[in-house]
Amino acid sequence: MGFTTTRQRRFTLNHLFPHFRLTLIVCTLLALLSGHNALADDAPPVVHMPYADAIAALKDRSFDLKAQAVDALVQSGNPLALAALKALVDGDLYYTQDDERVVIAKDASGGVLMTDAESGAALGEAVKRDLKKIVINNTMRNQLRAAIARLSLASDNTDARLSAVLEILKDLTPEAVALLRTAREDEQNRRVREALDTALAIADVNADNKRARLAAIDELSASLYPEARNVLVPLAAKGADGEFVEPDAEIRKAVAGAIRIIDGKREFYSTVETVFFGLSLGSVLLLAAIGLAITFGVMGVINMAHGELIMLGAYTTYVVQLLMPHHIEWSLLVAVPAAFLVAGLVGIAIERGVIRFLYGRPLETLLATFGISLILQQTVRTIFSPLNRSVETPQWMSGSLEINSVLSLTYNRLYIVIFSLIVFFMLLAILKKTRLGLQVRAVAQNRAMARAMGVRTGWVDALTFGLGSGIAGVAGVALSQLTNVGPNLGQSYIIDSFMVVVFGGVGNLWGTLVGALSLGVVNKFLEPWAGAVLAKILVLVFIILFIQKKPRGLFPQKGRAVEH
Amino acid sequence: MSVKTKHTSRAGMFARATGVVTVGVLGLASMVLPAQAADTIKVGVLHSLSGTMAISETTLKDTVLMLIDEQNKKGGVLGKKLEAVVVDPASNWPLFAEKARELIQKDKVAVTFGCWTSVSRKSVLPVFEELNGLLFYPVQYEGEESSKNVFYTGAAPNQQAIPAVDYLMKDLGVKRWVLAGTDYVYPRTTNKILEAYLKAKGVADADIMINYTPFGHSDWQSIVADIKKFGSTGKKTAVVSTINGDANVPFYKELGNQGVSAENIPVVAFSVGEEELSGIDTKPLVGHLAAWNYFMSVDSKANEKFIKDWHAYIKNPKRVTNDPMEAHYIGFNMWVKAVEKAGSTDTDKVEQAMIGLTFPNLTGGMAVMNKNHHLSKPVLIGEIQDNGQFAVVWETKGLVEGDAWSDFLPGSKDIIADWTAPIKCGNYNTKTKKCSGQNF
Repeated sequence: MGFTTTRQRRFTLNHLFPHFRLTLIVCTLLALLSGHNALADDAPPVVHMPYADAIAALKDRSFDLKAQAVDALVQSGNPLALAALKALVDGDLYYTQDDERVVIAKDASGGVLMTDAESGAALGEAVKRDLKKIVINNTMRNQLRAAIARLSLASDNTDARLSAVLEILKDLTPEAVALLRTAREDEQNRRVREALDTALAIADVNADNKRARLAAIDELSASLYPEARNVLVPLAAKGADGEFVEPDAEIRKAVAGAIRIIDGKREFYSTVETVFFGLSLGSVLLLAAIGLAITFGVMGVINMAHGELIMLGAYTTYVVQLLMPHHIEWSLLVAVPAAFLVAGLVGIAIERGVIRFLYGRPLETLLATFGISLILQQTVRTIFSPLNRSVETPQWMSGSLEINSVLSLTYNRLYIVIFSLIVFFMLLAILKKTRLGLQVRAVAQNRAMARAMGVRTGWVDALTFGLGSGIAGVAGVALSQLTNVGPNLGQSYIIDSFMVVVFGGVGNLWGTLVGALSLGVVNKFLEPWAGAVLAKILVLVFIILFIQKKPRGLFPQKGRAVEH
Repeated sequence: MSVKTKHTSRAGMFARATGVVTVGVLGLASMVLPAQAADTIKVGVLHSLSGTMAISETTLKDTVLMLIDEQNKKGGVLGKKLEAVVVDPASNWPLFAEKARELIQKDKVAVTFGCWTSVSRKSVLPVFEELNGLLFYPVQYEGEESSKNVFYTGAAPNQQAIPAVDYLMKDLGVKRWVLAGTDYVYPRTTNKILEAYLKAKGVADADIMINYTPFGHSDWQSIVADIKKFGSTGKKTAVVSTINGDANVPFYKELGNQGVSAENIPVVAFSVGEEELSGIDTKPLVGHLAAWNYFMSVDSKANEKFIKDWHAYIKNPKRVTNDPMEAHYIGFNMWVKAVEKAGSTDTDKVEQAMIGLTFPNLTGGMAVMNKNHHLSKPVLIGEIQDNGQFAVVWETKGLVEGDAWSDFLPGSKDIIADWTAPIKCGNYNTKTKKCSGQNF
């Protein structure tokens, strides 16, 4: 309740003072004078509460009162406070419905394990239904992160220390700088030390001592943290009166040099990032197209249901996760072979049931497979509802690999790039090294001759189509991690898949690889410059022109087989 | 040759088989339509049951059917039972117009509840005006429209976008803005209004980034990376998202993976509700915001009953409720009241009876139908929780009146809509005192 009333008070205040900006400036000045930053002005004054009262106050509905309780927890110096604050920010802090006791609840098999937030005593297991969650908002989350950061500067965990330093970096008050200076003295880890150095340099840039300032600027030029650049930029700028803000020319020169170095490095990493984005988009295209490279490229079947086979793979992932809800981490490893089998068997059924009657008549194949794609979509819609299904991302696929503060590669994309290459080379090995592969190539090149040599062409056709379809299913497993799993999933990839296969050269797997990756990279380089919509159009136009010039694609098939 | 003839005959068989299947499917479809009773009031339901918008619109079809069911249990309207006529415009915008014509001319419906995207509404508008039908449109939209034949029960920009931006500016201290949207009329117009509004508030050009993506966009890597860069200049940055439909899922996933958290760069969305979130794991999204006139999590007696009825009707206790469902709930009940007040289902009489009617919101307070065919409703801002629900962090005191023509666009500043005498106009210029007659 208290929360809404404050809102209203603030609202009316703005109306009472039409010179809102002026008031803001005065407030900011006052805040600066009193040694706090402007945001601190918003926060309620620190109320001293005993630890137990502060914990109990967290149950209140008002966010203002909760925020005061958090402040009191930080002030309390109680060793249990850190665990309670962490649980609060992670959403693990609850209170029991019957005796309103505040507990930290961690997921365990079948229910949750409770710990008393006030005493730290283990309370055994409970069901989540009996607990009520303590809700926080963004303002509180910021407050909590800052508080946790200060309390965990001395943590044994390197990552915790690093994120603590980065959190403090956002808001460097004099006392925070003092904390960091002490932390710097015992710090052993290189990455944490770098972050600490940046933080201290940021604090020193505006110091009184010129030599210290120059040293700080030099230090910052080696740092990629955005805060470093942000503190330098105003020093090189001109004020409203046309004069430089910074009177000292030598410092200005150092600052300009530092900004140049930072921008150069950022430029480089940004290019690396774009290339990675392009490769990742390309690997998705490759996965979607590689099955088609078999069914369309090698067998010459225009399979409009290819996208739906991808969709079946994605739904298989969903079903696998339903069957093993406690082993989400392993679900994808199970889903890959399962999706291969499901999509492969459906593919064989399509080939045996429909396509084999239509060989040599592309138009009818196209229509029939289009019909099949609609039937498959509607079947899925009937079984699973038209709503998208939620496929969970395992822990090892979320988050990103941070190379430095401007370049981080997301794990899901990274794994999918690797996965698509594995699938590609396995397929290549099957076609080049196995008996089935030999027969597939033989049938594709000269069906009558292959049959004369004793190859069961019908059987080979079915297996080849099954292989291509199965790989489409495997692609579905990967796509379920990137996009929506719904009945329309396949439609968005069918055009891209055909585009890649035709661009790369029909019947050539290497062409599909090169085609997919290069289209991905080109698209990503165009995107920041032209926007997502126009980039896609430009790529399509480029392909149309390219096909006019080279109708057989990047790597045309050679030899007699091409002629008929 | 013999091989070839064999093939043809098999293909023939196949063709015949598909024919049989098609006839079967069509037969089934016609059976689904309810049998016609002798003396009923027909209610049209014009929501996509297939195609990209099926995700959102199927739920609304079920909502209307539930409301009709409940009304019939209470004895119907004017002593007659209500009968639903459900058609499927299949997310195909021109088909919306055809189906609307079919509903009004062939089925003679008294009222239609329907449409989701603005483009579908724009497609049916001329039909409703020409045939003098009545449409209840339940979704938040871009405004700049007021037709005599349409009641807008969703939010206008001043009931969603503007309060949300105010909240970010005042409560979170946001200084830099990313306006990201799907590339069609609703996001484009909304962003135009927001851009004008932000500039009027003194935000510099360099602090606004605008980005559009196609429907169903799934590769958000570079856009999220750009947002991250844009937000790393030290000024508090927020994303105002008018991204529509299922493109939101990969967008939020990418935000989570690239470590853009709600504390650093909050995203406030106007098209993401409980239904959209039910398709995602919301743990990485906790703290991102949405602005609506209704949240399922709001604690009120009326809402509790509505959710209970919905679960009983749909026979699935896990289904969520959302803002457009509340809009239909208010719209439908107001229509019933209006018909009873007018004593007839005649469009002109009902239209006049509608104005000034009130009906309790599910979140508390009374919704009022204004002269411009828009509702007065409360505005709520909620933060996403890890269970896919929203926790309300801010709400307006009292109701906000829907403004058909935005006050922040130079073209529509002086324009109002007023469907009562003597003005009776959807596009009335208060300066020149003229009615342009162009309602959209």
